[in-house]
Amino acid sequence: MFELSYTESEAVFLSLKVALFAVGLSLPLGIFVAWVLARMEFPGKTVLDAIIHVPLVMPPVVVGYLLLLLLGRKGILGSWIYDTFGVTIGFSWQGAAVAAAVMSFPLMVRAIRLSIEAIDPHLEQAARTLGAGRLDVFFSVTLPLAGSGIVVGAILAFARALGEFGATITFVSAIPGETNTLPISLYTIVQTPGEETGAIRLVALSLVIAFGAMFAAEVISRRVRKRITGS
Amino acid sequence: MTLLVDLHKTLGTFTINAQFQCSNEITALFGKSGAGKTSIVQMLAGLIKPENGRIVIDDVTLYDSRHQIDLPPNRRRVGYVFQDARLFPHMSVEKNLDYGQRRRRGTGGSPKFDQVVDVLDISHLLERKTRALSGGERQRVAIGRALLSAPQMLLMDEPLASLDSQRKAEIIPFVAEIQREFLLPVIYVSHSIDEVLQLADTVVLVAKGGVAAVGPVENILNRPDLVRVTNTGDAGTVIPARLTKTDQDFDMAIFSFSGGAFQVPAPSGDVEIGQSLRLRVRARDVSIALKKPQDVSVMNIFKGTVASVVNGDGPQVDVSINVGETLIWSRITRKSLSELSISPGKSVYAMVKAVAIDKPGPRH
Repeated sequence: MFELSYTESEAVFLSLKVALFAVGLSLPLGIFVAWVLARMEFPGKTVLDAIIHVPLVMPPVVVGYLLLLLLGRKGILGSWIYDTFGVTIGFSWQGAAVAAAVMSFPLMVRAIRLSIEAIDPHLEQAARTLGAGRLDVFFSVTLPLAGSGIVVGAILAFARALGEFGATITFVSAIPGETNTLPISLYTIVQTPGEETGAIRLVALSLVIAFGAMFAAEVISRRVRKRITGS
Repeated sequence: MTLLVDLHKTLGTFTINAQFQCSNEITALFGKSGAGKTSIVQMLAGLIKPENGRIVIDDVTLYDSRHQIDLPPNRRRVGYVFQDARLFPHMSVEKNLDYGQRRRRGTGGSPKFDQVVDVLDISHLLERKTRALSGGERQRVAIGRALLSAPQMLLMDEPLASLDSQRKAEIIPFVAEIQREFLLPVIYVSHSIDEVLQLADTVVLVAKGGVAAVGPVENILNRPDLVRVTNTGDAGTVIPARLTKTDQDFDMAIFSFSGGAFQVPAPSGDVEIGQSLRLRVRARDVSIALKKPQDVSVMNIFKGTVASVVNGDGPQVDVSINVGETLIWSRITRKSLSELSISPGKSVYAMVKAVAIDKPGPRH
């Protein structure tokens, strides 16, 4: 049987924790940004759109380094956070979650934005005439109708966060028990001679988790769509 | 309840200048497609913003550019029934109906759920998903949903335009009943003269973004000049009439009006003896004879006096003939006019083929 060693289960657990936190923290912001991009017209919209999509096209190492400059203990924001709260985000699993969140954000926003754009704005208008304010319309009409897109966006982001490597290793390095997620463990292990079996086992684990996530995404989004439209 | 409307807005090269008022009755905004009717009701609902003007219902100001009042749509208490129903696809029929009710603005005199469901005959649909509804059912649910939000006024934007004629006939009685039952001013947008004839008390004739005329249905639709200017179909005469007799052997009906009686094909639907409705006779279906014609198939022949002759474009003229207290319009060629030397004061016979009269629907 396939039994996980301590380091393997630690890597799996850490990867899941980092990815869950990354998605959980960025989802509300992702929904909000997607809604703004789908429904609002304002100057600078193209710039906002570009900033959000930058991590998708930039080398992950660059993103990781930028995060270090921004959030590291000596970083612009990081030093302030350290002085005020006495914590540092760099070189911790929280830092890994931040890196994963930034890298997966564009995928999440894209999926949710598409699903909001697919909602007939006339339905939201009708809700207004029935007495619902803007926020009420968002929660009672827009959000439920975008449900399947939000689920898809979250799962895509989760899968992307699980696989995050470049930005993570640059920003938080590979600290055993703290930041050595699956891909980082694999990277460490292939550097070590004579650990081929261990590497293969990690590859297999990654494959199982990735397939599982995509399968779950499909099943959940189908179920949500069915609940919404009854088809 | 009185609604005062005075709206101005420029949309591209198109300008809307609408001024009218209406009360507790069905007011039709009538005009051809693209005349600006929908823009006007959208401004009433607050869905588009006018450049300036005023919208007041009794003592509540919804919009006033001079005092910078512009209530958002959710605070206007204006019910809106859209052409495409716009039911929420993620909710059952009951949840859709509930949506407005849970957000109702103000209290007092607001329609009860059971009463609305009952009047619209939708109680058997409550559990259904909205996509399982027919077009007519969707519109009835949409009307119910708007009513339950306790509006002070109901806007209906071509609610029947996407339905076939059978479904139309199914909804029209509900619209009239709603107005009676819940005593709301209803603004009914339409480009169909039939709907206006069957439903409206007052017509606001809309053309090129402006209001061409306002008045009772009979007055407005009986003016060929207006009909021509607004391009809203053939000129004709609207005649209030009452069903006095039906002839089952030939499937005919006799309607009395102030100038005599019309024989027409029996109306579709359930019209009872004694019921009033509006007949509409197109001017081009009315011919004129100087002597009483003998041995002709035309069944409706009325003696009258020429009241006026109105020159139209080209070879046609409109002649109005006084028959009893009713003015019937006839459109003939200028050539006929001259050959028969027709002029005001002349005694003539107006002839209308029975089959030329559209099967009248009941006036509710």
